[in-house]
Amino acid sequence: MMVPVDGFMYPNEVELAWSVLIVVYPYVTGLVAGAFILASLERIFHVTAVKPTYRLALLTALAFLLVAPMPLQLHLGHPERALEMYLTPNRGSAMAMFGFVYVWYLMAVLLLEIWLDFRREIVLLSQSTTGWKRLFYRALTLGSSNISEGALRVDDKVGWVITLIGIPSAFLLHGYVGFIFGSVKANPWWSTPLMPVVFIFSAMVSGIALVMLVYMAMMKIRRQPIDMRCVDTVAQYLLYTFIIDFALEMLDLIHRVYEADESFRSLDFMLHTRLFFSQVILQVVLGTVVPILTIGLIQIFNVPEKLRRLAYTVCGCLTLVGIFAMRWNVVIGGQLFSKSFLGYTTYKVDLISREGELIAAALLILPFLILAVLMKILPPWVEGEAARGA
Amino acid sequence: MQVSKFKDAGHLVRLAIAFAVVFLVFLLIRAHFIPKSFGQYGHYRGDALAELSSKPVSYAGHQACEDCHGNVVSMKTGGKHTGVNCEACHGTLAKHVDNPALVTPQLPDTALLCPSCHEANIAKPKNFPQVMSARHSGGAVCKSCHQPHSPLLQPGGEQS
Amino acid sequence: MITRRKLLMLLPAAALAWEYVLAGTPESAPGYNRNQHWWGMLLDIDKCIGCGSCVRACANENDVPEGYFRTWVERYHVSDWRQEVPQVDSPNGGKNGFPPSEAQGGKNFFVPKMCNHCVDSPCTQVCPVGATFHTPDSVVLVDDTYCLGCRYCIQACPYGCRFLHPIRRTAQKCTLCYHRITRGLTTACCENCPTGARQLADLKNPNDPIHEFLKTHSVQVLKPHLATGAKAFYHDLDGSVR
Repeated sequence: MMVPVDGFMYPNEVELAWSVLIVVYPYVTGLVAGAFILASLERIFHVTAVKPTYRLALLTALAFLLVAPMPLQLHLGHPERALEMYLTPNRGSAMAMFGFVYVWYLMAVLLLEIWLDFRREIVLLSQSTTGWKRLFYRALTLGSSNISEGALRVDDKVGWVITLIGIPSAFLLHGYVGFIFGSVKANPWWSTPLMPVVFIFSAMVSGIALVMLVYMAMMKIRRQPIDMRCVDTVAQYLLYTFIIDFALEMLDLIHRVYEADESFRSLDFMLHTRLFFSQVILQVVLGTVVPILTIGLIQIFNVPEKLRRLAYTVCGCLTLVGIFAMRWNVVIGGQLFSKSFLGYTTYKVDLISREGELIAAALLILPFLILAVLMKILPPWVEGEAARGA
Repeated sequence: MQVSKFKDAGHLVRLAIAFAVVFLVFLLIRAHFIPKSFGQYGHYRGDALAELSSKPVSYAGHQACEDCHGNVVSMKTGGKHTGVNCEACHGTLAKHVDNPALVTPQLPDTALLCPSCHEANIAKPKNFPQVMSARHSGGAVCKSCHQPHSPLLQPGGEQS
Repeated sequence: MITRRKLLMLLPAAALAWEYVLAGTPESAPGYNRNQHWWGMLLDIDKCIGCGSCVRACANENDVPEGYFRTWVERYHVSDWRQEVPQVDSPNGGKNGFPPSEAQGGKNFFVPKMCNHCVDSPCTQVCPVGATFHTPDSVVLVDDTYCLGCRYCIQACPYGCRFLHPIRRTAQKCTLCYHRITRGLTTACCENCPTGARQLADLKNPNDPIHEFLKTHSVQVLKPHLATGAKAFYHDLDGSVR
């Protein structure tokens, strides 16, 4: 099984250690963080226009957060030893600490916020349904059926605090992933203090785009009119975040080109050859420049609604592909060149294997299935109310 | 006012209790599953040191050979191969040292063995004796002229 | 070079250690105090002939799977003054020696590579569970029954000395033959090196001749700008070596 190597690589470097699953993982956690930030826009910053997406954003974040550990488990040489990260975590290891950040975010932020926001519906459903559904909702109520004005006010206050804590928690959730890469001094493609920041902003971009697409899709499926004021505002926030994200990435690039340290020659060559399509074409041009220009033009010119919806759909899809390409370029790109700066290897993805393309695709589709189930259990929309949140 | 406030927060109390229970279960799992020797010398399983020290050896080390093969030692002494340890040519010999009568090592084929060090290569140190084996001996195997344990030939071709 | 006097000194210790090896005792040799040793290695570029004996010896001693390397040898060709772009090759890690060079002129030499057993190793820093660690005698080891195969250490090592064992699915690397050095033997690679290009060093032993060599000769480590505290010391390492 000879892997084509150009130039010289240390013998143990030829085979990539981190596969496409380690591309899927930051992509998924990024979507979680981004979706949550969008939800917090309404809750904390009172951007009322995006309220229709609030509950949807939370459920989307949960669906993706539940899938997030799966690529990691599949990737481990010994998944049965995964618990060790919680038993004997090495406090100096970003990966170990991330295990706790994940649990914190799942339990203390996301689940709590969803529970508090949906509690009224949960209690009502526990009284109106029968059979095992009734048991399920009763369990979710934790035995309390108090949905009085006072109780709901308490929920609202506590929920507000949770969301407030949730914003830095979301930054921590995905910033840590960036730090896992950014703190590796052995790898100059990864090692930069900008890495956590770039990861966070690209996460926000992908998360916002995702919720925007899911919202428009759900409205189409439910045959409800799309609240254009909402979608226009979401697209605006997508644009602002994109500009910051693009600026950060360009800063990294310009810095590298200008300083031209020892790694530059090797990385530059890699970018022009092996990573050209995924970085220049997919990530930068199609995934960043086109959406920025499109949404930017929409801010300047009066574009009819139908065309705007089409533009948002296309831009949303391009963004999601572009951010996936960004994760690919970081993770895979960082392993394609030799740490001797004298050679390059090739990444051969299998189709059918524990870390293959099929599994990666399945892991990206699974959150949507989970989201569908979540939307059935905890409906984001009250029937009869057209395109409005709770 | 105070009482009704507490009444309205009852579900939060239940939630806090649920969290506390989960946390307690986690602590119990930790106490049970963390290996006993963990942390003995540092942030790792202390028993690992003993386990890693106790693996069996494959190379006996030249000292073990010299205990029995004194004649070879005297042949090597002062010669060019003094510093070349026995197993570098003869392979792993721990099993032979363990049971000399039962485990007989195979003699290496000098035609293959000697060039692995002495085949001429531009990257070898200039003062290292190297030959182009294809041209060097006219087809004769190395052993036919050189005694491997003291390989230097005197001028005139006699064994030193 | 190992002198006869040194051999006579080692004889009783080695014989005693050997007794224990034969007896199959799980502990290291009696009298081995981990706190009295601080292990390193000297790699003398002037002496390396690229025979690959060390690579073969390591594979034999440690059951290293084919295609993966706990140690390997690189061949360098530096044609001119520019140091950043040498021509390097390492066919099968140098395990079967090297074919004749196509290079003409310039500087040509062999460089053995291995785990540097860094004092401030980035690999032990990133291990999430404490499966790889730095021993009291300054050897970096992997606890094979605890490693969960996340490969973070493999990414963090600047020298490319780690790999994932294809069958055991845990991280593996040079152990400095810990099972040998704790019994008074030297490492398999040092034992089999015919020219003395590889020599084990005990940096806490005032009488260790290699320690003395390090104090009196010009030596270098790989990638010093990363401040890993590497303890594989190279004598006469050219600036082109990556």
